[in-house]
Amino acid sequence: MIRGDIMDNRFFVDSEFLSEEALLKKHELENDPKSRKNHMEYLPGMEIIESDVCESVIKQMNSYDYNRYTASDVKAALQHDTCTIEDFKALLSPAAEPFLELMAERARLETSKHFGNTVYLFTPLYIANYCENYCVYCGFNCYNHIKRMKLTYEQIEKEMKVIADSGMEEILILTGESRAKSDIEYIGEACKLARKYFRMVGLEIYPVNTDEYRYLHECGADYVTVFQETYDSDKYETLHLLGHKRVWPYRFDAQERALRGGMRGVAFSALLGLSDFRKDALASALHVYYLQRKYPHAEMSLSCPRLRPIINNDKINPLDVHERQLCQVLCAYRIFLPYVGITVSSRESAAFRNGIVKIAATKVSAGVSTGIGDHESKYTGKDADADMGDEQFEIDDGRSLETMYKDIADEGLQPVLNDYLYV
Amino acid sequence: MKEDKLVIGGHEFNSRFILGSGKYSMKLIDAAIKDAGAEIITLAVRRANTKEQENILDYIPEGITLLPNTSGARNAEEAVRIARLARELGCGNFVKVEIMRDSKYLLPDNAETVKATEILAKEGFVVLPYMYPDLNVARDLANAGAASVMPLASPIGSNKGLATKEFIQILIDEIDLPIIVDAGIGRPSQACEAMEMGAAAIMANTALATAGDLPMMASAFKSAIEAGRRAYLAGLGRMLTRGAAASDPLTGFLHD
Repeated sequence: MIRGDIMDNRFFVDSEFLSEEALLKKHELENDPKSRKNHMEYLPGMEIIESDVCESVIKQMNSYDYNRYTASDVKAALQHDTCTIEDFKALLSPAAEPFLELMAERARLETSKHFGNTVYLFTPLYIANYCENYCVYCGFNCYNHIKRMKLTYEQIEKEMKVIADSGMEEILILTGESRAKSDIEYIGEACKLARKYFRMVGLEIYPVNTDEYRYLHECGADYVTVFQETYDSDKYETLHLLGHKRVWPYRFDAQERALRGGMRGVAFSALLGLSDFRKDALASALHVYYLQRKYPHAEMSLSCPRLRPIINNDKINPLDVHERQLCQVLCAYRIFLPYVGITVSSRESAAFRNGIVKIAATKVSAGVSTGIGDHESKYTGKDADADMGDEQFEIDDGRSLETMYKDIADEGLQPVLNDYLYV
Repeated sequence: MKEDKLVIGGHEFNSRFILGSGKYSMKLIDAAIKDAGAEIITLAVRRANTKEQENILDYIPEGITLLPNTSGARNAEEAVRIARLARELGCGNFVKVEIMRDSKYLLPDNAETVKATEILAKEGFVVLPYMYPDLNVARDLANAGAASVMPLASPIGSNKGLATKEFIQILIDEIDLPIIVDAGIGRPSQACEAMEMGAAAIMANTALATAGDLPMMASAFKSAIEAGRRAYLAGLGRMLTRGAAASDPLTGFLHD
């Protein structure tokens, strides 16, 4: 799709540390689409499940012409008791932008009906940043010159202790997407350690097969987050040039495999700013919608990350997805899917997060670092002698758990550190 | 008039308002106890499973009966495990069984609920099962050893009131256990109506949690529940709902 009015991000950065051979390969991948593998074809070892969910989502997304919707469609959508897919499409359209305040009111009502005034807190823990993929917008991409690191089990435990001492009870374990450097056993051991210190353990790692999700569930993980980045597979192909992450359909079915593997819940998102955000927002929500119909017991949540600057490329930005648009997307999500959790990460500013928890968001991170092994120095101010690995992206909201807890309580909301049992 | 107590599993209560657990805040618990007079407070075990600075357990004063619930359970086995954990945590012998296989409407799974009730009643729990109002299931629950039956009025959190009114009335008429109306009560008037029908108690949460003035809404519920109860005891059931009663008997002319 050509959008003449919008500047595109400049993603390609050549590091002076790359060998000539590596540079050649990088440029070939960037400039010659034929040098790249077929992104719709599974790699050996990738499980294929029979599922009709993808087809349903993509059919709706492809036929979505958001310019077709008018103010009266939006008004009608806001008047309906139950928000249909058509209503949701209207709420995501440009025609809904003037109705943002009304949408926020309705969203707040739905949030309070389903979640009361509670806001959950969690923190991510990156245990490794090795990555085998070339995703052009990501700080961990294999051509980006950053300090790589993988924590040992002792280091993981030390980090977890520091985080647990701050009062946090839910942790999200993340790795770069490298099966070679961070294999299932390594991640499983991290989950077992996490179960000692936290009530709830989530995972955001490379997509794996059903039996591997089952193993990780047995190790203590119960929630799997996989971001599809963009649901436009043609656009996806131009952004994920190398590695297993390039395989778009295997990633799409990750949540379904995780649920079949026994995970209690799954989280979804597109990375807004990569492609047409209205279509991506539609597809993200429909991905949840159709999977919920198929797995009604599962808990589901949506995130809403926007592109952020990374190390060696501080110009990356979310293009046309400004805070107003992000707010519109979140209100539309809430009205269409009143029962799902909505997570807003530290990519967004403190002011935005303070505002959005009153309208639609039910979960926020606090005490965040997207680097590796730096919690002790960040939490205690101690100048740790340990090695640290570089960050995936720059965060905006750096509030600690203590500050976040207080800020949420000051807004008249109830911060919650745990509402979960591993059974 | 003899004292009107709510009796559940041999325990007596003066209040017929029970605080649910869905939305919680410390302010809500405070208002429920002080202004609504609650003596029973539901507690999600998964929420109490915490080390956080504001543990919900710390906010429950002495003399309040805790009603731990099994929310998060997707089948009977999980509900039983959560109930046992509640007992280990020191939450007492009461348990509200709630089993959901649906994350959208949170409707209870009646079949699994019967199974869990049977197991837990045998283990000495005072079991209060949350259920979809179905007479056959209510009988099964009674036979399984339930101490009360808790039919839903409408989908949880919906504040839509007595959508299942006819079926709850059947349970009240046919089941020899206290019928506690749970879920969906959005207004004091709806709580009052359920009490007029003969419900033994009302459980509510969202209606209070989402109110503008929490303490005032809590006291409104208290008054409504007491009014409904008095109306029921006063014999509302004998009032005619169609036509008017003649002041002289219609059959007064009959002589032999």
